[in-house]
Amino acid sequence: MSGSGAARRAPTLPLLLVLFAGLAVSVVLSLALGSEPLRPAGVWETVRARLTGAAGPDPVYDAIVWELRAPRVLMGAVVGAGLALAGAVVQTLVRNPLADPYLLGVSAGAGVGATLVIVVGVFGGLGVWALSAGALTGAVLASLLVFGVSVAQGGLTPLRLVLTGVVLSAAFSSVSSFLVFVGDEPEATQAVLHWLLGSLSGSTWANTGPALVAVVLSAASLMAVHSWLDALAGGPDAAAALGVPVREVRIGLFALTSVLVGVLVAVSGGVGFVGLVVPHLARMAVGARHAAVLPVAALGGALFLVWVDVVARVLVRPQEMPLSVVTGLVGAPVFLVLMGRRQYGFSGGGR
Amino acid sequence: MTHLRCRGVRCEVAGRTVVSDVDLDVPPGRMLALVGTNGSGKSTLIRALAGLRVPAAGLVTVDGEDLHAFSARRRARTIAYVGQEEAPPEDLLVGELVALGRVPHRPPWAFGRAERAITLEALEAVGLAHAVDRRCDRLSGGERRRVMLARALAQECGLVLLDEPTNHLDIGHQTRLLETLRGLGRTVVAAMHDLPLAAAYFDRVAVLHRGALRTVDTASTALAPTTVEEVFAVAAARLTDARTGHEHLVLGPGAAPSRTVTKRTTP
Repeated sequence: MSGSGAARRAPTLPLLLVLFAGLAVSVVLSLALGSEPLRPAGVWETVRARLTGAAGPDPVYDAIVWELRAPRVLMGAVVGAGLALAGAVVQTLVRNPLADPYLLGVSAGAGVGATLVIVVGVFGGLGVWALSAGALTGAVLASLLVFGVSVAQGGLTPLRLVLTGVVLSAAFSSVSSFLVFVGDEPEATQAVLHWLLGSLSGSTWANTGPALVAVVLSAASLMAVHSWLDALAGGPDAAAALGVPVREVRIGLFALTSVLVGVLVAVSGGVGFVGLVVPHLARMAVGARHAAVLPVAALGGALFLVWVDVVARVLVRPQEMPLSVVTGLVGAPVFLVLMGRRQYGFSGGGR
Repeated sequence: MTHLRCRGVRCEVAGRTVVSDVDLDVPPGRMLALVGTNGSGKSTLIRALAGLRVPAAGLVTVDGEDLHAFSARRRARTIAYVGQEEAPPEDLLVGELVALGRVPHRPPWAFGRAERAITLEALEAVGLAHAVDRRCDRLSGGERRRVMLARALAQECGLVLLDEPTNHLDIGHQTRLLETLRGLGRTVVAAMHDLPLAAAYFDRVAVLHRGALRTVDTASTALAPTTVEEVFAVAAARLTDARTGHEHLVLGPGAAPSRTVTKRTTP
């Protein structure tokens, strides 16, 4: 159609192939980048050897590339994909373009749990898993609280969820701040701040696996109801008239995003902006159908966070920056440009 | 072809009874218009008839079966509903929006590749087939209403429930939309504000007044000038066109009532 209102859109499948190829190349490239610069040839030899099941020829390269960087790069891709998926779903669930994965109180709750671990030392018996366990426990408890309050005050309607999530998030943040304040240890404060702003430095093969499983299962579940998500974007009455069991689907989406975001926050802290901006970029590229938005957002989020982590590692080496510092600096201008475009209207958000 | 009935239906909004004791019988293929003043409960009743809200009392049956025992999917394959202010999501294409009407006919994970023909057919019926690849936010208000109707048509249900389908349409599109509805041969219940249009295109007219059904009858009886004057507090007359013999409902000052209209007391 050549009419004035005809849409300009990227074809979904070719775009997915390009994003996937870009992601694969980026993963390998980013293995060579970090606080310790490595020769690309040496990195490539190590990866090739490891992929065939052997150890790398150079033990130093093998340790840095395969034990330190590879899980971290993969975790970046997994967390980026998961946050973008969660963001897309929460935006549909609450029908609000400003929604992000942390809207429903999950990350603020996780923050309380993580702060308790760092400052007070709860879950001390769990060793390296203590921080993740604390964050996950906090995330689950916070979700249950948001869910309970929303249902008690009239149901899982978009407005109710947004209000409850925002208000309880603020309360949880206050609790975290209080704990840091009374803890009065500069080192602990530093650690809490670093965690709250997101970091992939804790990535190991052992915690990459569970995060990958959570993201893959979530992606599969969401794709299994993609047309219901399309219907839900038009509002509860429209969705119900199109045969969507609205109440059940809302509860399911809430539970799924809570668990997904809880796991992501437990392994990476609070990485901002990815879940807000990437779904919008995906919608601009391929339109609003979830069958296209979900995979494009997932691959786009993965690609984005892999490079964000490279910047975080390289820019101030040998130190590293929290991820939210980088995503915020990149994400805020992108979001402003995006909001300024008249071409783009989010469901219901334009009015 | 679907037979819609309801018996003793009472609807509440936030604990307050809006309409009660509603008995309706819409035989297969017939069209019923619901008329009444703003706030008379038309929308609430339509949503109850569509199975979107459970009535506080009474029973809605579709082909003899209790509607509220239907699963959401089965209901959506039986009844197509378009709300009063429902507008398409702005970032969907017209074709994608209309194809949502096929959602109840396939599992939620299916991609529905073979739906183009049904989508185009539904858009053809509302005169918008040329706009299939246009973005929904580029449509005029009237085009949006017609696109929403196309989605309902794509649902291919025997029963179509519409809340003020002619809202925002110019008179030409109003008549064409109602002619389209007539041509469907499906059972249609629609809330209408335009009484002459309701009289001209619907088999029967139900008048809602003060939280109850005032009357359900053929248009000439249900919209008798005395009823219209009482319910809507507006002068009304039926004039017969000498050339064609058709009767027309005339409203407003020009209707020259035979008596002064008493001011309507608030219900």
